[in-house]
This record gives sequence, structure tokens and C-alpha cells, in this order.
Amino acid sequence: MSADRTIDQTAAHIAEAIREGRTTAVSVTRAFLDRIDAVDGTIRAFLHVDHEGALATAREVDEAIARGEELGPLAGVPIAVKDVVVTKGLPTTAASKILEGWIPPYDATIVERIKAARMPILGKTNMDEFAMGSSTEYSAFGATRNPWDTGRIPGGSGGGSAAAVAAKMAPLAIGTDTGGSIRQPGAVTGTFGGKPTYGSNSRYGLIAFSSSLDTPGPVARNALDAAMLHEVISGHDPRDSTSIDAPVPQVAAAARTGGSGDLAGVKLGVVKEFAEGAEAAEPGVVAAYEAAVEQLVKLGAEITEVSCPSFTYALPTYYLIAPSEASSNLARYDGVRYGLRAGDDGRHSLEEVMSLTREAGFGPEVKRRIILGTYALSAGYVDAFYGKAQLVRTLIKQDFEKAFEQVDALISPTTPFTAFAFGERTGDPYQMYLADLYTIPTNLYGGPAVSVPVGLSEGMPVGLQVMGPVMGDDITYRVAAAYETTQDTLLADTAPEIEKG
Amino acid sequence: MSTISREEVAHLARLARLEVTDDELDAFAGQLDVILESMKTLAEVNTDGVQPTSHAVPLVNVFREDRPQPSLPRDAVLAGGPDTAEDRFRVPRILDEEA
Repeated sequence: MSADRTIDQTAAHIAEAIREGRTTAVSVTRAFLDRIDAVDGTIRAFLHVDHEGALATAREVDEAIARGEELGPLAGVPIAVKDVVVTKGLPTTAASKILEGWIPPYDATIVERIKAARMPILGKTNMDEFAMGSSTEYSAFGATRNPWDTGRIPGGSGGGSAAAVAAKMAPLAIGTDTGGSIRQPGAVTGTFGGKPTYGSNSRYGLIAFSSSLDTPGPVARNALDAAMLHEVISGHDPRDSTSIDAPVPQVAAAARTGGSGDLAGVKLGVVKEFAEGAEAAEPGVVAAYEAAVEQLVKLGAEITEVSCPSFTYALPTYYLIAPSEASSNLARYDGVRYGLRAGDDGRHSLEEVMSLTREAGFGPEVKRRIILGTYALSAGYVDAFYGKAQLVRTLIKQDFEKAFEQVDALISPTTPFTAFAFGERTGDPYQMYLADLYTIPTNLYGGPAVSVPVGLSEGMPVGLQVMGPVMGDDITYRVAAAYETTQDTLLADTAPEIEKG
Repeated sequence: MSTISREEVAHLARLARLEVTDDELDAFAGQLDVILESMKTLAEVNTDGVQPTSHAVPLVNVFREDRPQPSLPRDAVLAGGPDTAEDRFRVPRILDEEA
């Protein structure tokens, strides 16, 4: 392990070194910007890099430290932000042509909190267009490559954030998780991804995909770093009326507790339905997952099998609810208030210009989902499709609630298969949707879940998912951090060197 | 038999203000058919007496004080638009015929 380089350090270590004067925020930020300059030509995780802005924030941190000011726990630690989160003065496109060139006039609440925590923002990361996809292949600006094998996908939609952390271009990043867009990229890039309880942080300033599911969260190299970022961005926001007005779970403390490596008395449930038939993961993923479960048992965890029969219906339920909400949310891209306008040549009416703009500005997956959502909400079908999905969503939620009467957390592989090759699943959208088979139930329920790297299958990373009860984010971090104590090195430190491009 | 026809996809695209191409219609009709087939499995789930879930964490009647707040500066908002004139977003004519 080459821990002498700044970019190899965890966020917690970097923050401490800055606070104690062993390094400066400027020198740390420069190290990550240099790394971006060196390897992002190959990885393509960033859509926009803000050298000047990041260094300006870093200089302010160093000046504040020189004045003896008391700063937050992650002050001076640089961060990358997924391009679906609006950033004042920095281009924000959600990886869509329809928003190309748009510069937001305001910050998302979570960005305000990152700025208040004095974290330099390195830039905006690539993603599937409007967060719809599991590979970044649906980005209008080209796919991001997996640092473990540049012929493979980095997961999605937040593949840019995960790849940026995996390739050590950023110690921390922000993702958003609607059906697995933080956890699945985490799993396939050997990084840590956390999806907080829905409503425990603010959606204000997130470009909306599916409002009843969208949740921003941390991307990091380990549980403690993710937990520290989780605490920076979480908490009630009056500007998001779905945000929960309650104290944020103490996740950093939970990660430190887990770091003692003791899980005595912790009950973990294995979901029976995930291990059966067509729902089962590929053999290499199962092997890595089972080895991780053995480690958890050695730490004292008690494993029970639990049945969640409605999880079998989670995928179709999700693909009715999310596209329905998306078809409504994406109606705002009409070529009037932001971004692209097509066909405005004096010969086309407003409605024609809207249709031409949306045709030119949206990619294939976004169009498919808008049409699907329009179908599920249309007269004659709404009860059989959207309405039925809302009923099954209740049953999925009840399965979770019953399970948490028996166990403290549920565990599963994060995704059924490791990173696949580019082009392997774009021809059949349903095959792409299967990537989120194990992550989607949590979104429908609203609870927290994390993905922690647990090993390799044929050289590609595998993740363990830990799902907790609503507002029980702390248990997910505790279990994940405990697992990390069984490993000599972080998986992220064993990734192959990246050819500089 | 397919669940969704090419004509239905064209109709839905029109409703959603998407000017899709013939190639897209051919591709989408087949792909949406596969997706909708999987959704039909929901019909087998017994949901008698089940209440719908519209939001992950149910909250009702979230009110705030009705106090005026500063809004974004007009110029900053207009700067993001594709075309503006006279401090407004400019749009193409709304009616097909000249009034």
C-alpha cells in the first residue's frame, strides 16, 4: 500500500492532517486536481473541473486555520459532486443535452452545507442522463470507465462519482440514489456508497427524477469517511417539505463503534428471496458475499434467514412508480426557461418547438421512461399500473417492517453481477434494470442502506449491502465498519494502476 | 400478442411532447413490450384492503410561515434561458395562425 501519497489517504486522515498543520488544504486540493489532470483523460469521471474555485476554498480554509478558527470535521477535504445536484455558477447538466450550457443561479441545500463545512468542490461528475441507468452509458457526454478495467462500466447512475473516488481523483463524492445509483456504482468500483433514509436530507436543488424516491448520499473509500460526509449533508430543510424534522442518526459514532470489530448481539437477516432462482446473483458474487457473511459471524453477528415475499415484485413496482414521477418531473424541459431550444425558426409553433426540443435534447433511456410513465398514468391504465404499484409498494414496506421486528439489519449482495462490458446491456433495457434488483426494495421502503466492498470476483469488485430500518442509518454504518476491520487493506487500495491518458 | 403497439407508442410520445423518429418508434415498441410484460406480474399480487404508498415517509400538512422571502435576481434566472427579451423569456408564437 502506497499510503505516502496524499491521494491514498482517507478523508478522515486528510482532515486531521490539515487541522494539525501537517499539510495544507491548498496542497491537498492541488494533489487531487493533479490526479484528475493525470488520469481523467482515461477515466472520464468529470464533466466539469473547477480548479480555481476548489483552490480558492482551500486557501480560505488555510487562512482560517492560521487565524485559529474552529472548523468542521471535514474542512479542507475536497469533494466531487454528481452533476444532478445544482451548483451556483458551475455548469449543471444532469448529463443531458437539454441542459447543456445551463449555469444554475442557486445552490442545492446539500451544496450549501458542503460549502459551510469548507470543503473545496473539485467539479461535477458524470452520470446516466437524469440519473436513469446503471452504467453511465446513457450520459449524453460519453460513458465513464471503470478504474478496475477500462473496458467495463463503472455502474450508474452515479458512475462518475464512484469512479472519481475509486481512481483517487477525489477522497469523497456526492451521489444520489433513486433505485441504487449510489450503491451499485460503489459495489462495482470497490468503493463505499451510502443511501440515507429518505427525507433525512434535503432534495432542494436536486434535479428531480422520482421525487418519492430520490435521496442524496455519500460516496467514499470507507464507512467512517462516508459517515462523516453523511452528517455534513443531512438534517431538516424547510425548503423540502418531505424532509424529516428529527435529529440525524449519529452515523460517524456508529462507524467508530463498528471499528472496534465487535458485532456481538447484532442480528442480521438474510433475505431468502434474493437467493432463489432467477433472483440469484452470479456465482462469483455469491462466493464473495458468503465469505463476507462468514467474517460477520466471526465478529459475533447472529445470522437469521428472513422472508420478504413481496421483494420479488420490487422491480416492476419501481419501473412503474419511477417513470411515472419522471414523466411528470421532466415536463419542465420545454425549451423555454433553461438549456436547449430546437426548431425555433419562425415556422414552428410553441408546441412544435417543445416537441422538437425534447426530441433533440433527451437520450433514448429518458424517452423510454417518459413514454412508459405516460402510459402508466394514462386514462384506463392508471389503476392497473401506477395505482397497483403503489399498493404493492405498501406490501414491500410491510415486509421490511416485519423483518426489522426480528433483526437489526438485512444483508445481501449489492448487485447480482459485477461490472459488465460496455454495450453488453444497452440493447435490452430490462437486462440493464436487473443491476438494481437488490437495491430497489430499500428505495420503495424509504430506509437507509450502504454498500461496502467485500472482495473480488474474477478481478472485479463485489459489494455487500446492509439495509436498516427508517432512521436507523447508524446500524448500517456500524456493520459495514465492523466488516472493514476484517480486511488488511481497503479494497480501493488494491485497484490496478491507471494508464495515464 | 404484444402489450403495446407502435401506434400506441406514437400516441404516448405525442402526449409527452416527444417528436420521436420512425427508428425510435420501432425500437421503443419492442423494448416497452418486454418491460410491460414483466409489470403484468403485479396483477397476481393480492392487494385487497391494502392502502397505497405515495411517499416513503408519510408526512401530512407540512406548513410554513407565510412570510415574504427574497427571490432569485431576475437577471440570474433569465440568464439560463435559451432566448429572452424585455426582461422575459421569449417564446415562439402560441397559436398556429396569426391573430
